[in-house]
Amino acid sequence: METAPSIRELFRGFFIIGMSGFGGALPHARSLIVDRRGWMTQAEFAEMLGLCQILPGPNMVNLAVVIGRRFQGAPGAVVAFIGLLAVPIVVVITLGLAYRTADLSPAVRGAMAGVAAAAAGLMLGTGLRIASPAARRPAQLAIVVLAFVLLAVLHLPLITVLAIAIPASLVAQRIDPA
Amino acid sequence: MILLGELAVRFTVLSMLAVGGGATVLPDMQRMAAAEGWVDPVTFASFYALTQCAPGPNILVVTLIGLKVAGIPGALAASAGMLVPSSILAYGAASGWARFRDSAWQRMTAAALMPVVGGLVVAAGTLLAEAAARGWLSIVITASVAGASVLTRVNPLWLLLTAAGLGAVAL
Repeated sequence: METAPSIRELFRGFFIIGMSGFGGALPHARSLIVDRRGWMTQAEFAEMLGLCQILPGPNMVNLAVVIGRRFQGAPGAVVAFIGLLAVPIVVVITLGLAYRTADLSPAVRGAMAGVAAAAAGLMLGTGLRIASPAARRPAQLAIVVLAFVLLAVLHLPLITVLAIAIPASLVAQRIDPA
Repeated sequence: MILLGELAVRFTVLSMLAVGGGATVLPDMQRMAAAEGWVDPVTFASFYALTQCAPGPNILVVTLIGLKVAGIPGALAASAGMLVPSSILAYGAASGWARFRDSAWQRMTAAALMPVVGGLVVAAGTLLAEAAARGWLSIVITASVAGASVLTRVNPLWLLLTAAGLGAVAL
């Protein structure tokens, strides 16, 4: 089932993820790595993402480094980092230079609003897929709900959410072991 | 040169505080950029919207701040400060994590992280949806894209393109 990508495939994969990352790159990363290329299982992807979330730094960049390293060591980490970021940085700089004079038409503004709405939907779908194994386990489902409420309803800083939800999840595991 | 060094160092410090991801330091970043007289809060918000509509991770908002402060060298210095040291740290941590593969505490930690990560990503999607909502059509777009991405393995790019087309004519 799992097929370890070569250096070239890592570069190509993260290049595609970077170039697709409108409204956030994470949904594209999960779709490509788990669904379309089968580099790793859903569970392994969630584990790597969890590791990247407790580490400082942008999650998606950390994820590229960690997944690149997992398959091809240091060279893999470097090509995944460059593949993800090199062209988007050039595009963002170009947009930034153009933006000073740009006057956006209503149709462009509408398209941007449509993309923002869809990007939110992609992020929701990605979260639901990652959370789905918890649906059959009440103690785990409670942790999904807890993390959601702390961040989306109470608007606590993410570091506070992690400091509450991870210990709570360890306790939940004691109560309801797999 | 001093300014470029300052950009790199200030964004490195910020990246080390970004436990949980880049989004966690956005409020701090906005405050720092305003306090230094680099970028005012309104411009900051428009920069962030611009990176959302551009390819790549949204953390590239730092590239735009650097660009505004010191041109292209500034853009590169700010990006390197934000992205390189935290990546080196992630590499080291992943090596450590791999060394303890299949130890009992690691399996426990990984299993405990999964529902937390799931809840956090759903929450992030909800916050994005709140920010993007402007009437019933945008809510329908968000909900149908979420449904399609859970139920199918369609490339998300097609969903974004369809939504861009719908938005151009109807939003």
